[in-house]
Amino acid sequence: MSAAQSTAAQNAQDPLDADVPALPRLLADIPEEGPMSLREHLELRGELPRFERRRREEGPLIATIERAGLTGRGGAGFPTAAKMRAVAHARGRAIVVVNIAEGEPASMKDRTLAQALPHVVLDGAELAAEAVGADEVIVCVCESASASVGGVAAALEERAARSRSRPRAQLVTVPATYVAGQESALVNFLDGGPAFPTFAPPRPFEAGVRRRPTLVSNAETLAHLALIARHGSAWFRELGTPSEPGSALVTLSGPVTRPGVYEIECGASLRSLIEAAGGTTARIRGALIGGYAGTWIAGELVGGIALSREHLAPHGATLGAGVVLLLSEHACPVAETARAARWLAEESSRQCGPCVHGLDAIASTIEQIAVGETGQRRVLADLGSVASLVRRRGACGHPDGAVGFVLSAVEAFASDFTDHARHGRCDACLPPGELPLPEHVRVYRAGEREDLGVRRLARPRR
Amino acid sequence: MSALAAAGPSTYWYLTRSTGAVALLLLTLAVVLGILDVRRVSTPRWPRFVVDSLHRNASLLAMAFLAMHVLTSVLDSFAPISLADAFVPFAGSYRPLWLGLGAVALDLLVAVTITSVLRQRLGYGSWRAIHWLTYASWPIALLHSFGTGSDVKGGWLLALSVACLLAVLAAVLVRVLSGWPANLRVRGAALGGAGLFSIFLILWLPGGPLGSEWARRSGTPASLLHHASTGSQGSAR
Amino acid sequence: MSHRVRVNPIACEAHGMCAELLPERITLDEWGYPIVDEQPLPPALVDHARRAAQACPTFALLVEREDKRR
Repeated sequence: MSAAQSTAAQNAQDPLDADVPALPRLLADIPEEGPMSLREHLELRGELPRFERRRREEGPLIATIERAGLTGRGGAGFPTAAKMRAVAHARGRAIVVVNIAEGEPASMKDRTLAQALPHVVLDGAELAAEAVGADEVIVCVCESASASVGGVAAALEERAARSRSRPRAQLVTVPATYVAGQESALVNFLDGGPAFPTFAPPRPFEAGVRRRPTLVSNAETLAHLALIARHGSAWFRELGTPSEPGSALVTLSGPVTRPGVYEIECGASLRSLIEAAGGTTARIRGALIGGYAGTWIAGELVGGIALSREHLAPHGATLGAGVVLLLSEHACPVAETARAARWLAEESSRQCGPCVHGLDAIASTIEQIAVGETGQRRVLADLGSVASLVRRRGACGHPDGAVGFVLSAVEAFASDFTDHARHGRCDACLPPGELPLPEHVRVYRAGEREDLGVRRLARPRR
Repeated sequence: MSALAAAGPSTYWYLTRSTGAVALLLLTLAVVLGILDVRRVSTPRWPRFVVDSLHRNASLLAMAFLAMHVLTSVLDSFAPISLADAFVPFAGSYRPLWLGLGAVALDLLVAVTITSVLRQRLGYGSWRAIHWLTYASWPIALLHSFGTGSDVKGGWLLALSVACLLAVLAAVLVRVLSGWPANLRVRGAALGGAGLFSIFLILWLPGGPLGSEWARRSGTPASLLHHASTGSQGSAR
Repeated sequence: MSHRVRVNPIACEAHGMCAELLPERITLDEWGYPIVDEQPLPPALVDHARRAAQACPTFALLVEREDKRR
């Protein structure tokens, strides 16, 4: 999925709203190759506005962000202004961490921004630092995304060459694991520990990197912030819905003509997004909204989905980090769920017993269902009880997300799961599988249930 | 002086030997419970918190007996042991090496005790690191008892010490065979260390404390030695 | 000012003493890990809760005062 694919047809709006200001905003003039230079960026966007901040007070930008209603684009959707305010008022000199870890395999938006439009992200980081009184910016990029690392590095060099005083910025590469992008995991890693979540309190905004108040912000969120600073909160609200204003980046993958990163108006219909991507290339079995911590929606309902919190909530879904994964008719939902569930179990940081044991039990159960080895056991009831044992009993949201993912699959593809439990594998249960997962995952093979050798730990490792 | 000696061994001498033996026994109990991590196994009549309390209380009781052991050995007028000798190793005049080992063991155990009492303040990581010193303190205490103990030849202390050694070895074996710790090298080191220590004892004891003239060879001051032939207790002090 | 019990799931190593000492609020799941009822503690249980927290070998069990929590 290159930047080139996302330049095509970036407007995903309902056709009725023809007079709404057009997209793209973030992805405007996204270059086909290599990062946009600082000069081009300034020509396109204009100079970075300055905001005067009096010492010990929060920057005036925070009020603008609050009026704009910007929420975090990293998955949690927390109001950005509230977060900035908390950091600004906490004791100690603040630090801004730009989160481009993007451990979610089905999401490419942050890496795309880093590789093609790093300056808009760094503008946001600089402005946020100013607003919360931070003297340091740390940009964390997934270590396997070499183009993104390169883009950010080049951009930082260009900015250092200009003689304006600005907060000190450095680039740090972080492991390409699923949990590494979690806030406290990033802080832990930056403090010299492993990229594993830590127990809260304290949360990063009060005591993060080096015990200083830390604003951990997703790259896309900061990019929006940079544009709001230039064009104002009213401009931001010209798109989207009153409760979810603005635009958002979405990674669309699966059987469409042009999969890739798109910028949508918040609340746009999934149908319009698919159209913008050139339509589908196969029948859709289902859609995974929100990534591997997200929710499955059955194929027949996909046409009516709009990508906003209020429209997704009745389906138990949120847009998460802007991930929409379509599953074609050629894939077996049960086999795909088994692969993903096992991957999710392996991506646990293994610090908390309920996560280690629970996710393993769930993955094993799905694998058994897939090959029809469940016998007379009421597996769906089993899944439900394990799920209730796992929710909210870990130090981070990973087990909750994994459980939600699996249970939504069982609900959305109920007949497939029942068929498999009774009759075993189906014709579509063949490797390699459609869901994008990192290559090191042991791919589920129909007919053999590999002993994936998960250690039964009485003591999960630290 | 010789009149005093001829009057027989003082009460302190009996006390220091007995409290030392009891301390060794209690320490062994605590160490065995610790090695076995018996907290993980429980029966309805022995819930885990009881076993854990047993471990903690055995340790504290051992320290109480150790305190009495040190005090009575200092108060006993026969051997020139000062309070400083109990804490500063190898500086005394009475069997400096073997007494010094006792001082080392005492120092380690005091450190462990203090950190355990202050656990809440120290935090788990530091407490745990110091707690590992118990693995060193126990064999050192055992060597001390062989080297300074005057009852080794008499049989009962030897029997007691061997029983303690077997208990600890059994505990190590059980723990290692049940797959702990996960790190193979540490497991190997635990087995190897236990094995080497036992072999050392088997080779050393017959020619050492159990052999002839151990009192002289272990560093008993010469002025005390000639009582050995006149004392009614028989074996050298 | 009420108290609550909470477990740090990272520090917890499933020793299980907390469930023995505070069964009113803590039960163990099938893997030996504590399921904690975070309802406020009646005054009679606070001492028991503190004892359970002291018994935990890894300090995973926490007794927190209401005003300290967010």
